[in-house]
Parts: sequence; C-alpha cells; structure tokens
Amino acid sequence: MSKTARILALHGGLLAVLLALQFVLPAYHHGNLARIMVLAAYAIGYNILFGYTGLLSLGHALFFAAGMYGMALMIRLFGAAPAPALLTGVVAGALVSAALALLALRTTGVAFMIVTLMFAQAGYLTVLYFADFTRGDEGFVIKAADRVLWGIDLGDPANRYFAAWALFSICLGFCLWLVRAPFGKTLVAIRENEDRVRMLGYDTYLHKWAAMVVSGTISAAAGAVYGLLFGYAGASFAAVEYSILPLLWVLLGGAGTVSGPFIGTLLMFYLIDIASGLTEAYMLIAGLALVGLTLFAPQGLGGELRRRLWKWLP
Amino acid sequence: MELGPYILLATLEGAVTAAVLALTAVGLSLVFGVMRVVNIAHGEFFMLGAVIAWHVAQAVGGPPAAGFIAALVIAPLVVGAIAALADVTILRPIGHDPERTIVATIGLLYIIQQLVLMTYGPEARPVLAPFNQRIAIPWVEWGEAGLRLYFPWGLSTTSYKIAVIGAAALVLGGVWAMMAHSRIGLLMRATQADREMALAFGIPVERVYAMVFAIGAALAALAAVLIVPISQAHYLMGADPLLLSFIVVIIGGLGSLPGTVLAALFIGLSDGIISVFFSPTLAKILATLLVALVLVLRPRGLFGRQGA
Amino acid sequence: MTLLETRGLARHFGGLEAVKSVDFDLPEGEHRALIGPNGAGKTTFVEMICGRIAPSAGRVFLDGADITALPAHRRIRRGIAYTFQITSVFAQLPVRENVALAARRRLKGQALEAAVQAALRQVGLAGTGDELAGTLSHGHQRLLEIAMGLVQRPRLLILDEPTQGLSDGEIDHFKRLVRGLKGEITILLIEHNMNVVMELAERVTVLESGAILAEGTPDQIHRNPAVQAAYLGTG
Repeated sequence: MSKTARILALHGGLLAVLLALQFVLPAYHHGNLARIMVLAAYAIGYNILFGYTGLLSLGHALFFAAGMYGMALMIRLFGAAPAPALLTGVVAGALVSAALALLALRTTGVAFMIVTLMFAQAGYLTVLYFADFTRGDEGFVIKAADRVLWGIDLGDPANRYFAAWALFSICLGFCLWLVRAPFGKTLVAIRENEDRVRMLGYDTYLHKWAAMVVSGTISAAAGAVYGLLFGYAGASFAAVEYSILPLLWVLLGGAGTVSGPFIGTLLMFYLIDIASGLTEAYMLIAGLALVGLTLFAPQGLGGELRRRLWKWLP
Repeated sequence: MELGPYILLATLEGAVTAAVLALTAVGLSLVFGVMRVVNIAHGEFFMLGAVIAWHVAQAVGGPPAAGFIAALVIAPLVVGAIAALADVTILRPIGHDPERTIVATIGLLYIIQQLVLMTYGPEARPVLAPFNQRIAIPWVEWGEAGLRLYFPWGLSTTSYKIAVIGAAALVLGGVWAMMAHSRIGLLMRATQADREMALAFGIPVERVYAMVFAIGAALAALAAVLIVPISQAHYLMGADPLLLSFIVVIIGGLGSLPGTVLAALFIGLSDGIISVFFSPTLAKILATLLVALVLVLRPRGLFGRQGA
Repeated sequence: MTLLETRGLARHFGGLEAVKSVDFDLPEGEHRALIGPNGAGKTTFVEMICGRIAPSAGRVFLDGADITALPAHRRIRRGIAYTFQITSVFAQLPVRENVALAARRRLKGQALEAAVQAALRQVGLAGTGDELAGTLSHGHQRLLEIAMGLVQRPRLLILDEPTQGLSDGEIDHFKRLVRGLKGEITILLIEHNMNVVMELAERVTVLESGAILAEGTPDQIHRNPAVQAAYLGTG
C-alpha cells in the first residue's frame, strides 16, 4: 500500500469507527465521546502551533473561550441564530489570535510561554470582571430552543454526536492536508531550525504568525461548538486549566502527529473521569502525567509509535 | 474614614503585603537568577508553608506562640527538603532545560496542590498569631487651635503586622549577607555568573542548583508562615503569590536582589492603594497585562541569555 | 557587471571594530575567495552581506540595488544563497526534505522532485534521499549544505569554510564540483585551505583586522609580503 493510501486508510478508518460508534455506545459513553471529539479538535488546533511549529503556548484557553463566548454572547445578548453565532465565535478567535500573535511572537522560548499565559489570565479575569454580561464563573445556559441549527436540534444526543464528529473530521482532515502542504512543511522546518529556514528565504515571522492564527481559530471553533452542543458557557473554560489540558493531551498522544491529539484527549478524559469518581483531587492525574511525560516520554504515544513502528505516520 | 487616614491604612496594609511579597519574590528571583529556570510551582511551595504551619500548630498545641515558632522553623525546612527532592528527581534529569522545566513544574504544581487538597481538604483554616495587640495610629487635622492629633476610628494596625515587616526585613538582610559574604553565596554567584566556568573550577553546580531551589522554596514557605495568621491556610492560596512574584521579578530585574526588593515594595504598596480605588479583579487584569507587556516590549526580554 | 558591492561596510561590537569600512566589488560570474587569519572579520563581513547582522555603517548593493535595509530572507529571495560555517542542516528530517525545503520557494510538484534529485546527484549524494540528514557523515552534511545552496539557483553563492573537516577525497570532489560551476554562478568562498583557494579562486581578497589588506589573483596574493606577514604574524 502506498504511503498516502496507508495514511488515508488509518485516519479515514478512525473517522469511520467513530461514526459507527454513534449507534452502539451506551448513553454515558456516547455523550463522553461527543465531548472528546470536540476537545480533540481543540487539541488538534493546539498541536498545529506546539507540535508542528514548535511554539509552546500556555494561553490557548483565551482562544477557546473567545470562540465559546463569541458564540454564546451572540445568542444571549443579541438573540442570534446558531449559525451566525458560531461564525462570530470563529471570527472572534481569529481576531484574538491575530492580535495576540503580533505581540507574543516578539518573544521566544520561556518568555513566549509566560506572555501567552499572562494574556490568557487577563482574558479569564476580564470574563469575570464583566460578569454582568458573562455571569462570570457561574456561567449561563444556552436554552435548547436556541440550539436548533438549520432545523436540527443539537440538544438531541444523536445530532450532537454527529455535529461533534463533523467538527472533528473537518479539523483532522485539515490538519492532514496542512502537514503535507508546503506551508506545513515549512512550519516543521521552523520547529527544527528556524535560523536555517530564514536563510533559505522564508519569512519565518509571517509563517509563525499564520500558524498561530490557524491554531487559535481552530481552537475557537472548538470552543464555539462545545458551547453550542453542550449548551453552556462559563469562565472556567477561560481559566488556566483549559490552557494546560490541550498541552497535556497533545504531549500524551504525541506532539507533531495528526492523530496524537485525539489519542491523548481520549485517554486523559477517561483517566480524569475515573479519577474524579475516586477523589476530588482528580487533577493530580494531570500533574503526574505532565511530569511523567516530560521525564520519560516527551514524544508521547503517537511519537513513540512513529519512532518505533510506523515511520510514515504523519 | 476620610481619604487621608484611609490611604495611610492602605499603605500600612500594603507594607505587610510588600514584606511578605519581597520574601516570596526573592525566592523566585534566586531560582531565576542562578538556575535560569522558571518555577511555576513556586506558589505551591508558598501554600505548603502555610498548610504545614497549620499542621505544626495543631500538633504542638499550647500557647499560640509555641506552635507558631515551631512552624516558623519546621515549615521552611520541610518545604526546602521537598523542593530539593523535586529538583534532583525531576529537574536534574531534564538538564534544567528552561522549556521542559516549565512544563514539569506545572505538573509539580498540580501534584502538590491536589495532594494538599486530598489530605488537608478544601477548607481554609486559621493559625493563631503569637501575639496580636491592636495599635491605634494617630492622624492630623486642623482644629480651632491649629494642628492636632486624633485617632480616627479604624486606623490601626497590630503588633504582629509590625513584627512581620521587621522579620521579613531581617530575613532579607540575612539572605543578602549570605549572598555577599558567605562561601555558599559565593558559589551561588559564581554559578549564576558563568555556569561553564563554575564547572571548570570544580564547583558542584548540580548540588548548588538543588540548594538554590531549596532556599527559594524555603523563603516562600517562610513568607507564608508569616502571613498565615493574618489570612488563612487554603489549598488554592498559591495562585496570587505566584502571579505577584512574577510581576516583581520581571519588573525588578533578573537575579537582582535589590531590584526585587524595590519592586516588591512598589507592587505591595501600590496593590494596597490601588485596591482602594479599583476593584481587585481590575487590578489583577492590569497587573497581568503589565507582566506580559514588559516581556513583549523589553528588547531582549527577561531571558536574554538563552532566549531567541 | 558588478553583482555584489559594499561601500564603507563596517561593524563594531562595543569597543571592538570587527569590520572597518570595507569597499568590496564582486563581478558577476567570478569565483572569489575571501581569506584572512582568524578574527580578521570574514564571517562578520559575510553575515552583513546576507543580512544576518546589521552593519554599524555602510551599504550593501546587489545587482545595483541597495539591499542594506532588507531583512535576510528578502536578500535570499533576491538570489543570495548562504551555507553556514557550522553545519546547519535539518538533522531530524530526511536528506530529500532538506533539499526540497530549499527548492520549494521556486518550484513545486514534479519540477521540485526533479530539481532535488538533480542537486543531490550534482554534489554526489544521489540515493541518500531517505536517510535522516543527521545520520550523514560530517563531510556529506557539508555536501548537503551545498546542494541546498545550489538547488536555489542563486545568483550569488556564499560558501563559508565549506571544506572544513572534509577528508582529502571529499575536498577533491568539492573542487571538481566548484570548477564545474565556473561561469554559471558567482561564488564567494571563505576558506582557510590555501590549496583549495589556489585551485578554485579566480581572484582573492585578503581581510586582516577588519580591513582589506590585498586583492589580486591567487599568485599575486601568494607572493605578497604583507599577506605572508599577516599569516605568519611577523610585524
């Protein structure tokens, strides 16, 4: 089988399996998997900047929340329909990431991490500050009646699952295309040796800026869809935890692989799910995973798989 | 209360904040300066100090002073030991790589925080101050007979708060003396100045790192023990000190102890006064943006030596 | 016609004047060697031409146009290719991808693939396409650097100590490669290996303490007493 065929088979197969599960999963896991797919889309967005371009952001919750609140506030404050609301969320994410990239990309390495962390914190605090509109930490529910997209009730579990699957498929497909396109290959090269890429005639600043905008926009799309599908927007999605989680998911699943984000999100979701049944302190799992991965497996599961077995894994 | 006394009160409160903040920030600054890494778990070491203080006070019993003194000694030692252990088991194997250290210390943050949640619980618990007399403070006003002193109601401080300021100043003086005059301080400064040369001269750099990491954590823990009779011990109390220490270190300058202390004074005092006029949330927003913008606009940033 | 010019190009670092007001002309098609003792300022000079560091004073002209204010990547796009003094390939990427990155600015699809293969063949690395660049021997990595330079079809190719660390056989191969490019590409070659300089350079510029000490044919330079003194260190 040619390399391209293998790649399509693997990723197409994953999508097919996920679609099929729609019909066999019990209600609890059905709902979980819908969440996981949307969060995996977020992770894919994050991975484009972290895994492929090599920029470690600690502030992606800003984009996720921009999408979520862009969408949710359009409905709550202006009574918009779901489709324009979603679009607003995506556009909000694009604008916020474009602006943040202009500032943050003036720094590198550790300073970049701190700057993104700080801006995301400022964003979270701003959501709290304008609690009159956002209801702060408490958040607000998006009524079922407002979640009917083109005649389809998104509150219905089957529709919701399919919508989550659709988002995930689009993001997965996009990422697959991106990493094989010239732009994506330049990003990888920038990750490996930015100086050299510059001296080959590429405007590396522009590439990094674009990568951040793409990453932020996908993250915002995930945030907007998440809010719409599960009918809730709250400040917790803008908090630092939602910046650390995609990092964790991508590290676990394999940074710089297309399917890694999904694997990491799936595993971590269930690990935390199980842990929170045992203790209030379920984020301990996240802490242990972060330390363990940094020490022993920085490549993550997908990365190890690619290194040892499937060298063709994108 | 009128504006004058109100500001004086805010300044006094701010001085206490500044004192504790200076200790915490110096701990972070030492680690930045000598090891060139950012410890995101620094706030959790602070929190650990407060929680351990509570445990010690419970265990020791008797008059509050006894438990407090014991905590003042034990908490920094225990937290320092934990930090040294973390450095040896986690940071040393990754070669103190700056980016990986940030990720690892985020993990450490969650581990410490959640373990405390599991053992100590989500409640906030008080620790009694060893002594706590109210001290009224006079203010001036124009009367018929000219200037006269009076004691506005509410304008007061406590003997304990004054003691905190004094203790912090004492410890900071001790740290400065250690850095400037002791052999250990010399080793630390040599390692900070040029790690390669230090290695070439046979300085056990890795052990210096473990010690510096321990001292940094111990200072934060000590600061927390000092503040815990005024606030309370809670498993989430590390977040604000972390942010504030960051601001102080970034504004005060990398590895510069005088700069850190001055910045802590500035931030601590203004935090108190700003809270008079602005909501705390808005103040925090401005503070976070300030940190970000300083890093963005300073030409080589904070980490000039290894950045870019 | 002159491809590359510098006028009064200078660079100081604090008190140290690394390059002192250099006027330099390189005609199109020439193979020029830039030599000088260690610390003469050769790499600093060349980095100012490429745009990796900004000059303290002076101007750089490419094809008559003032490129002094252009960032590095724009100068590369105008036709300068630069190989690093310390090998800087993408170690974790396959050899083929290294060359493809260099060529992708110009080409795509079939043409890209063909150009990559041609460049690898030209430097003698045909067949190594799938290997990771980091696993190549030092000498082969230097050849890869040159392939990356050639595939860009530059007007000016700057080679910074290309034969450093190469075995004799590899150096011979390199000499043949460069000789084959005579008349096709303008080359500025920084070299310490006098043998290579003598055989490949049409003209030689000698830099010493940041200023041009002498310029001429290899023979003229070889016989120049000032140059000999500079290298041997006698006053």
